Amino acid sequence: MNSILAFYNSSIGKKIMMSLTGLFLIIFLVEHLVGNLLLYANDGGHMFEAYGAFLVSNPVIRTIEIVLFAAVLVHALLAVILWYRNRQTRPDKYELYRLKDNTPLASRTTIITGSVIFIFLVIHLDSFFLPTRFGAEKVSSYELILMKFANPWYDLFYVVALLLLGYHLKHGFQSAFQTLGLRNRKYTPLIDGLAFIVWFLIPLAFATIPVYFYFFQQATSAVLMGVH
Amino acid sequence: MKFTLKIWRQKNQNDPGRFVTYEVNNISADASFLEMLDVLNNELVQKGEDPVAFDHDCREGICGSCGMMINGRAHGEGRSMATCDVRMRMYKDGEDLVVEPWRAKPFPVVKDLVVDRRAFDRIMQAGGFISVKTGAAPEANAVPVPKANADEAMDAAACIGCGACVASCPNSSAMLFVAAKVSQFALLPQGQPERRERVERMIEQMDKEGFGACSNNYACEAECPKGISVTHIARLNREFLRAEFTEKA
Repeated sequence: MNSILAFYNSSIGKKIMMSLTGLFLIIFLVEHLVGNLLLYANDGGHMFEAYGAFLVSNPVIRTIEIVLFAAVLVHALLAVILWYRNRQTRPDKYELYRLKDNTPLASRTTIITGSVIFIFLVIHLDSFFLPTRFGAEKVSSYELILMKFANPWYDLFYVVALLLLGYHLKHGFQSAFQTLGLRNRKYTPLIDGLAFIVWFLIPLAFATIPVYFYFFQQATSAVLMGVH
Repeated sequence: MKFTLKIWRQKNQNDPGRFVTYEVNNISADASFLEMLDVLNNELVQKGEDPVAFDHDCREGICGSCGMMINGRAHGEGRSMATCDVRMRMYKDGEDLVVEPWRAKPFPVVKDLVVDRRAFDRIMQAGGFISVKTGAAPEANAVPVPKANADEAMDAAACIGCGACVASCPNSSAMLFVAAKVSQFALLPQGQPERRERVERMIEQMDKEGFGACSNNYACEAECPKGISVTHIARLNREFLRAEFTEKA
């Protein structure tokens, strides 16, 4: 028990926990995207709903869901703790500090992009997770998607938040491997190759969904709004 | 060449300190940054003023004594250079230069541009050593060392402990320093007996001294006068994991 506490107390231990939770959340993103791409089947959400029903009825998935929420909280909490402690290390600031000459912007803004993603997550869960899982009246995810994504401001927020997620991962993905000690001459080219998929393609694919629904599913949306 | 220098002056640890502006003229373009400060100090002494205190020793980039923030960059302009390696021709004639000490909580200012870097010594005392038994020296070629390991250990051992990694890091993290020291021993047979305790103790001491955590933005590598690579930080993390997740022998 003592050694576990020592691990948590050390700066590297905290960072290893951040990298593991971060990578786990990236795996979740892949799974989430696979489900979301079913929306492009253009079958009135039939396949998407079936996929969702399968997930909800699967006890393994429901267990992992708890781990997922825990991972988000651990990742966010440790981020705030490390960020706060790191800020205490230089009480007297430099008169002139050209950090930007030496470091990419993405590496210096993870706390900001991460905070926006956290706010996005709360709104996203409130929009879709809570009503479909705990809502008083039965409502399908697909109907909710049509309703929510009819609002251009809501869509814009989604696109911005998802692009910031990409920017967060631009630093975070390679950073996780560095912290786990896996970035070396042998693996760095592979990690950098995968990084492009993770930070660019995955968030971009997510961001196309609100755009697609706003511009190409408006008609269906209007019909539904009439019903409700 | 001439320069306008805005230099941090601080009498002692208790003095709040302030910037004082000085003009220097007739500086040779080939003068090093420290020689330029020598010229300034000569003038100050002649005027009966207190010269600017700064650390220096070898003046050929291998001792790690000198180090200051020049115009927002640790060891000034250029890559893989200590302050003594920086030449005045790297700046524009008439340029304004802001000269500050390393700023980090574990590196308190002693006077002017001199900071107390004994936190590094305490990290070394915690584990940056190997045990050597007395007796006749073994035959040098008796212990095989892979060439790649020898090269990598040598790269790590190039660390001169100047503190530029801490000074340039937004978190004042000492990870590059500790990584270099842990790497040079972990890669060689002589470092094996204390391999596990070394990384645990050095990290513990590093945290205790109040250095920040690494956020992998690699400012340290960019400013390191010896060009120590952050792949050593990955190795440090690996060594830490290895120590934490294996049973004690």
